[in-house]
Amino acid sequence: MIAKLKDKQTYVKFIKDFKFAMYCTRHPMDGFWDLTHEKRGSYVVATLILLLTIAARLIWLGWTSFVFVAVNWERINVLTYVASILLPLALFVVGNWALTTLFNGKGKLGQVYIAACYALTPYPLITIPLAIITNGLTDDFASVVGTILTFSLVWCGWLLVTGMMQIHEYTMGGTIICVIATVFAMAVMVFILLLFFSMISQGISYFVSLYKEIMLRVG
Amino acid sequence: MKLRRSNRIKGLVLAGIMCLALVPPVPAKADDGVDVGYTYNYDFWNEVRYSPDAYEVVGVYTAVDLGLETNFKNPDGLFVYGDLVFVCDTGNSRIIQWKKTSEGKFELERIITEVKGTEVTSLSGVTDIFIDQDRNFYIADKGNERVIKTDWDMNVLMLFTKPVENTFDQSLYFLPDKVVADTEGRLYCVSDNINKGIIKYEADGSFSGFYGAMPAQYSWYQYIWKKISSAAQRAALESFVPTEYDNVAIDNEGFIYACSTNVSGSGLNNGSEEGVRRLNLLGKNILIQNGYDYVIGDVVWGNFAGYSGSSLFIDVTAFDDSGIYVCLDKTRGRLFTYDEQGELLFAFGGVGNMDGYFKGPVALEHMGTDLIVLDSIDNSFTVFTPTEYGNLIYQALEEYRRGDYIKSGETWEEVRKINGNYDLAYIGIGRSLKRQKKYKESLKYFKTKWDRKNYSKAFKEYRKEWVEENIAWIFTLLALLIIVPLVRKKIKMIKWEIDTADIFKNSDGGEKK
Repeated sequence: MIAKLKDKQTYVKFIKDFKFAMYCTRHPMDGFWDLTHEKRGSYVVATLILLLTIAARLIWLGWTSFVFVAVNWERINVLTYVASILLPLALFVVGNWALTTLFNGKGKLGQVYIAACYALTPYPLITIPLAIITNGLTDDFASVVGTILTFSLVWCGWLLVTGMMQIHEYTMGGTIICVIATVFAMAVMVFILLLFFSMISQGISYFVSLYKEIMLRVG
Repeated sequence: MKLRRSNRIKGLVLAGIMCLALVPPVPAKADDGVDVGYTYNYDFWNEVRYSPDAYEVVGVYTAVDLGLETNFKNPDGLFVYGDLVFVCDTGNSRIIQWKKTSEGKFELERIITEVKGTEVTSLSGVTDIFIDQDRNFYIADKGNERVIKTDWDMNVLMLFTKPVENTFDQSLYFLPDKVVADTEGRLYCVSDNINKGIIKYEADGSFSGFYGAMPAQYSWYQYIWKKISSAAQRAALESFVPTEYDNVAIDNEGFIYACSTNVSGSGLNNGSEEGVRRLNLLGKNILIQNGYDYVIGDVVWGNFAGYSGSSLFIDVTAFDDSGIYVCLDKTRGRLFTYDEQGELLFAFGGVGNMDGYFKGPVALEHMGTDLIVLDSIDNSFTVFTPTEYGNLIYQALEEYRRGDYIKSGETWEEVRKINGNYDLAYIGIGRSLKRQKKYKESLKYFKTKWDRKNYSKAFKEYRKEWVEENIAWIFTLLALLIIVPLVRKKIKMIKWEIDTADIFKNSDGGEKK
């Protein structure tokens, strides 16, 4: 590990991978095709982009001028904001992979993860500079800032769709159906998770009360 | 979360009130010497921020207290003219006139039970009275279905009766409830069961039409539902009608304030319905709503002790010259004071038996900055006068209005010392600083209290100043940003040319193509 970190070649490859992620944002059709077929995707870069996205989400809250974003710091929970990205992403990756393995998709779980993370690139790329720039702007620009923010999200969505299309080798129509089905799969997973959680907590509380009862009798 | 919190606070307040009821009535004073009460405001996050009392009770008066033999019976109308107070004692069909002699002292002047010079001289169920600047009375004589215009000595000048025009639905009774008149002598009358707006009469007594009708309220799904249903179904459905007004008042600029309790909570919240409107000559609403919220009274409603839902304004009164107006909420018996810009200055009052609380508030008037509230269930009226704190707020607003920005800033600073939770004090100081061109200092105040509009205005000026001061640096930086890459490119070019130039190449191979 340390030897690898000391090796200059690691960094050269990292920069090359990072540049490739940028290339994917500009040429998604081409880029995501190469991602699987030329094996140019990198877990390190994908995770870095994910972390940057989470950072951008928090930076948007913290650094943006209060004219554009009102944050009630007394009531905010940073972890929910982190989870608001991590949880849907995890659900999407697992749900999408589970579905596409059934329906002739070519992508592997790792590739779905890399593609999904690469698709997030525009968000930090646009949001972080925008957050800083807003401190020099007044409320006249509220709609402009809103539009740019929406644009970044639309771009992310477009990348996600094309990414899925290329790595699973689907047609456009197939991809859209696949994405809708994935959203449905996510909802099912959330439902099962909640069910599971509630059953586990019921079970635990049963044993806890049983233990308490016994201790009361014995004591 | 928010609701629960406000309920808890209200619970505490209730507990506090109960404690107060148990212990002997020692006047409770806060540390700053101001009476402890239930005055509050909302901050940017719609959280209730308690404040020192802005108004204190001078007294609660019944007719017996003020020297009459029979008490009020469901009084409905109130009017103040100079230092005269008129109470329309609806249940007893009389109007009682008092003169305020000194603070908290009222002297009975006369009791009006009939008018002179018309067929039916006695009054029946008078609901409102208005006096114009020529000292003419306008009396809403509801029991006799007429509005009477008289002179000061009750000699009838004119009678306004049910309009005979076709625009007025002839199957309806004419039940004048509230009246005001403008400086031209035109009469505006709110009548029961009329939802087309305020009935307007010209100065000569002729019916001139309806004024300031509220638009009919319906939602998009109701609209679609109506479109697809058959004629029979449509007839069975509730029809979309404009809402009725409940009360009117006129300010000294001649604009009419009208309020309505036929509003829905969701409509108030999204701004599609208004509990109070300020109408211009054409009947258009010109009320300014620049505050954190719309002019809707309580912003967080909760559900406490049987009182739920939005505030419902039953009466409104506008102060002279300052643009400040006060709305009376019948849901929770509260008074909401707004400034010209529609910012909530403070809210106080409530439902209860203590002085300063009401059972069935129906009418509100002002005497200077004093407020008088008529209670139709308690059969009494309550007089409030501003405390030092309330007066400071009014003073600061007035100074700003006059253009005395430095003074206004100082007054707001005093308000802030009394109540550090008062958002408008910070914004007021900021606005004063902004007017004094101290933009950088003002930004801090606006930012503290989330005033985006003023912040943006001040920031624009500050940015301009900053750019003017640092213009040299900005240009240098820009120049560097452009020139450096150009120079670097040039150097690279020269280097490349040198490297690839023929004369420096080994001509050993001689493989030139």
